[in-house]
Amino acid sequence: MIPDLGKYAVEVLAAYGVSIALLLGLIGASVWRSRKVRARLATVEAAREAGR
Amino acid sequence: MSIWEYANPKKFIATTTPLVPWLMWTSVAILCVGLTWGFFFTPDDARQGSTVKIFYLHVPSAMMAINAWIMMLIASLIWLVRRHHVSALAAKAAAPIGIVMTVMALFTGAIWGQPMWGTWWAWDPRLTSFLILFLFYLGYVALWAAIEDSDTAADLTSVLCIVGSVFAVLSRYAVNFWNQGLHQPASLSLDKEENVADVFWYPALVCIAGFVLLFVALVLMRTATEIRLRRMRALEMRMRG
Repeated sequence: MIPDLGKYAVEVLAAYGVSIALLLGLIGASVWRSRKVRARLATVEAAREAGR
Repeated sequence: MSIWEYANPKKFIATTTPLVPWLMWTSVAILCVGLTWGFFFTPDDARQGSTVKIFYLHVPSAMMAINAWIMMLIASLIWLVRRHHVSALAAKAAAPIGIVMTVMALFTGAIWGQPMWGTWWAWDPRLTSFLILFLFYLGYVALWAAIEDSDTAADLTSVLCIVGSVFAVLSRYAVNFWNQGLHQPASLSLDKEENVADVFWYPALVCIAGFVLLFVALVLMRTATEIRLRRMRALEMRMRG
């Protein structure tokens, strides 16, 4: 399945592993923060409406 | 219709929110295609062996690290001239993405450089200016975090962004200014003679398209988050007062 990377297998696999992990981490953190802030804003807006 | 309509936070969120999932999934799909193509279906290079596969990560991430800063520069200038909050928040939203791209470019560069140059790092003009750009990114994020008043923070970070642009430009063109160092000149060129062979060029193009689209999707999503955060803080202050 994995192509023959010869004597540079460690370098190539490490580059792909770390880079993909960084990209997934960035996407995951951005989505998580977006959802968290949206939920908190909805709560604050609801509290404001209730207080009117 | 004017582009400045999108400086209205409500209009910005209403326009970009439905776009973001499409952009995100398209970018992920394009990246999967490009990286699979590059990793599994391209030959080894005669001199560099299989390390040439790092090219599909290193070049797009380095390009995006520099382009993210240029985007932040344009957004910062718009803030300084026109005082649109959305542009200041867009610059703020792009910085962490730029940091990740810079780390990725530095890491893949080091791990590629070790077997090819015999060293992880050299104080080469391009590498050094890239490292300084990374430090500017960290300083930019730290400055936003350190100042409570968001308008003052936007002003000061905009000035920092203008200063840091010198290193963004240097990290792209340093190899042309100083004809020394280990890093080779740009691998990609519109001149077919200078460009890499087509067998490496096409998957690289797909990966670059994926990185660009991912950057756009993340900037739009993170800018909307910053706008919501700003509104939330304003509402909380109003309720307390």
